Amino acid sequence: MEGVSVPPFESFYAQHRDDVLALLRRRLGAQAAEDAFQETFLRALHAYPRLEHARHLRAWVLTIAGRVAIDAHRRARPDGGELPELPVEDGRPDWAGLGELTDGLPPTERAAVVLRYGFDLPYDRIAAALGSSPDAARQAASSGVRRLRGRSAS
Amino acid sequence: MTITTDLDRRFREAAAAAGLLDAGFDVVESPIGPLFVAVTPRGLLRIEFGGDGAEEHLELLARLAGPRVLRAPRAVDETKRELDQYFAGTRHAFDVTVDLRGVRPFAEQVLWELARVPYGETTTYGALAAKVGAPRAARAVGTVMNRNPIPIVLPCHRVVGANGSLTGYAGGLDVKERLLRLEGAII
Repeated sequence: MEGVSVPPFESFYAQHRDDVLALLRRRLGAQAAEDAFQETFLRALHAYPRLEHARHLRAWVLTIAGRVAIDAHRRARPDGGELPELPVEDGRPDWAGLGELTDGLPPTERAAVVLRYGFDLPYDRIAAALGSSPDAARQAASSGVRRLRGRSAS
Repeated sequence: MTITTDLDRRFREAAAAAGLLDAGFDVVESPIGPLFVAVTPRGLLRIEFGGDGAEEHLELLARLAGPRVLRAPRAVDETKRELDQYFAGTRHAFDVTVDLRGVRPFAEQVLWELARVPYGETTTYGALAAKVGAPRAARAVGTVMNRNPIPIVLPCHRVVGANGSLTGYAGGLDVKERLLRLEGAII
């Protein structure tokens, strides 16, 4: 692949994860910051290949984190409730097998199915992670599931 | 503010499970020392001897597969399981698919031929050259072995000199000897 100007995501993540968590903790508190942290870097991961240069990466990821924090506030307000915890089984999120099961789905459908059914994220958060609308996320998840059903039926 | 190991692990798992990585890597332990293993959505891309210097491998992975390169144990699970079985002597052939992106056509042809050399047997550089229809290219075959991106799985340790000498190995001659002993190719 020619012209890759951004650093490998691992280096980017290692360099900025502590700052991102610090910002999210200040805005949201320790508990909610953890979910928002995950969402911030999933969004960053999704958008990363479209970055054209490696300048201002810190500002870029902190902007994403800021938007995630605002979304989290907005979501928390209507019912005042916290977001549900990820379903956990033996201390591990219940994604076991999902990765393999969804292998071969179109990328967006796969991400939507995994985040919805593996991580139990609501559609507005999945939309945020995928850079689409909640309706599009819902559609991606359901067409992913239809495709999987079709596959297991055939 | 430092993130917890648990939060870090959860992000890496989510990233791999959501299929958002161009390449996932990890350093896995083995009887011949730590191995750097990298896997893409197409298959196993690299195995490097020694766990150190993982950093320097990342740039290469990004160039080959794309910039979304992340340490993600989940991504290399399948390869790790097969390697464990190989070193335990219970697996004689690997089932993981390989991703030979970045390999030149001649090298690719040689590596496919190499993949067919059976467990517990050895062949020579010249014999392999003949198999790809270039009987005088033993030296070029040697270079391909030297740059094998996926040693152990693509068994360049099974290729020896015409006089039976072990010649060379990226992981060190002692490792080559050890692998051949494990397979019962030498006593």
